[in-house]
Amino acid sequence: MRFIFKTDYGQDVNLAKHGGHLFWYGLLMVLLIAAPWLFAEYWLAQLTFVLIYSIVGLGLMLLAGFTGLFSIGHAAFLGVGAYTQAVFVNMGAPFPVALLLAGTLSAAVGVIVGLPALRVKGIYLGIATLSFGFIVVEVLARWESVTGGNSGIHVKKPDLFGWKVDSAEGFYFLCLVIAVLATLGILNLLRSPTGRAFVAIRDSEISAQSMGIHLARYKTLSFSISAALAGIGGALYAHKLTFISPDQFDILQSIDLLLMVVIGGLGSVHGAFLGAIFLISMPQLISLTKDYLPTAVGQAPGLQGLVYGAVLIAFVLFEPLGLYGRWLKVRTYLQLFPFYRQGLFKRQKSFTKSDRLK
Amino acid sequence: MSAMIQTHDGPSGAHVPLLSAKNLSVRFGGVLAVNNVSFDVERGEVFTLIGPNGAGKTTVFNLISRIYTPTSGSIEFEGQVLTEQPPHKIASLGIARTFQNIELFEYATVLQNLLIGRHTHRSTGLWSDLFFTPKARRGEIAAREKAEEIIDFLDLQHHRDSMVAGLPYGVRKVVELARALCTEPKLLLLDEPSSGLNVEETEDMAFWIQDIKHELGVTVLMVEHDMTLVSRVSDRVLAMNMGEVLAMGTPREVQTHSGVIEAYLGTVDDLSSLRRSSPQAEGTRP
Repeated sequence: MRFIFKTDYGQDVNLAKHGGHLFWYGLLMVLLIAAPWLFAEYWLAQLTFVLIYSIVGLGLMLLAGFTGLFSIGHAAFLGVGAYTQAVFVNMGAPFPVALLLAGTLSAAVGVIVGLPALRVKGIYLGIATLSFGFIVVEVLARWESVTGGNSGIHVKKPDLFGWKVDSAEGFYFLCLVIAVLATLGILNLLRSPTGRAFVAIRDSEISAQSMGIHLARYKTLSFSISAALAGIGGALYAHKLTFISPDQFDILQSIDLLLMVVIGGLGSVHGAFLGAIFLISMPQLISLTKDYLPTAVGQAPGLQGLVYGAVLIAFVLFEPLGLYGRWLKVRTYLQLFPFYRQGLFKRQKSFTKSDRLK
Repeated sequence: MSAMIQTHDGPSGAHVPLLSAKNLSVRFGGVLAVNNVSFDVERGEVFTLIGPNGAGKTTVFNLISRIYTPTSGSIEFEGQVLTEQPPHKIASLGIARTFQNIELFEYATVLQNLLIGRHTHRSTGLWSDLFFTPKARRGEIAAREKAEEIIDFLDLQHHRDSMVAGLPYGVRKVVELARALCTEPKLLLLDEPSSGLNVEETEDMAFWIQDIKHELGVTVLMVEHDMTLVSRVSDRVLAMNMGEVLAMGTPREVQTHSGVIEAYLGTVDDLSSLRRSSPQAEGTRP
């Protein structure tokens, strides 16, 4: 067990709280940088997808996990970002410019979608964002002059002011850099007044307001940051797939995204990454085990949906804190061995609430 | 006691109270929750609202913190009309409050709760937070220093890094008080500070309220049922019943006011209606 001797408030502000953090995250970075030489091309592509989904997951985590606003139409922002990127890159815009535009446009759309969040909450906000998701898919399918309609659109290779990124390794590094920057940005927000205001809104709107937090401004801000990250993720997604069509950004994609943050662990940055790893590795695991299952089960359509649903139910019932919560428990068990006791993480009964904002 | 109340004179030389409520009324549908209530809170005093359940005390609190808007009447704070301010501006004007049933940020640590109390004093915007510029770091350290002052003031060192969700009720009550103090208020609204506390914790609360008044110089407006606490700390007491003002004055004056006793205990007529009316008993009574 580690005991940290604190002598300075700056120590609590720093991202790395102790040498162990520096060592392990440094090791992870070295591993990620060495990945193109360690893994085969197929697995590198999967890792790239994990990074892309992590960027989107970070955004959704900020919105759902830290601000308490659930969006069941997040794939729409992914779509807005992907199509913006595709259209501008195909027009010859350099990759960074198109990426910036994709993020900005998604953020602007996020502000508009965030407006109902000021009035409705919980399941009603879910329904509002869900219908927004349908509208976006419909727009992408009908606005044929720009999006190419249902037949989809091809995306050119990214072009960084003359340097064409046409290898899988190059694109992997591009995703890695953006994922690291996004993570640092989110961590910075969370350790500063803006992030704390989000958490305050999640836990009690009425007292957030009485602490001087402008609810409308921070809710829209959370929506726009979240949408911007989804848009950037979408832009990378478009490049990775090189071909996009409206049906890639439908309700199923939205549910996958929500599944990712819930299974990863709501309210933890790690959760976004663990959720992305889960989301990408699950289909692989299912296809690996398919051959060992009876044909009637293994070849049945919708097997993946069934497994996802079962896993989600299991997590909600047995591990509401998600994969990250499970990891915390394992770590505490090892740290405290043999003094870990059951119920160490049990939440105390919460007291009656009143004076809720209507 | 009244000699300790500092008076503050406005620019014209006229006396300006810290908070002044004039003819407040609120109607929820057919219910007149607050009816024509007027009172002034002077700088540096502890002003208490008492009254039976449903008297409208919390409603008055919610009017001051702008959760409700009065149907008629006005509230002025340091000469500014509060009813014209949006709810989130109240904290930066210098009014902080606690809640009857504790509204803390449950899944955050005590320290984080206190730091949220520093929100109105933030010096950074979105972009400096996003890149965590040196200015953001300085702001964080400054906020921490202030929060630590409050932690020392209320003896919360022990709970600094605990999650609020795991704290006992009595401690939560103190954390909520600490969070309100972190905003550096001029006026502190305490909604039933002793509810749910045991005798010892109520004692501590009384000491703290006196300390807040004397050491921090913060004016306190509270709603309270525990009359021992009320008479220990209050300079003036306002008794309400059915949304109306019954009596105002020192704790002793209000406690002996016949209308107040009537509101709490009922009238002599009410009492006689409760007596057993057996004919035998009536016959033997002199």
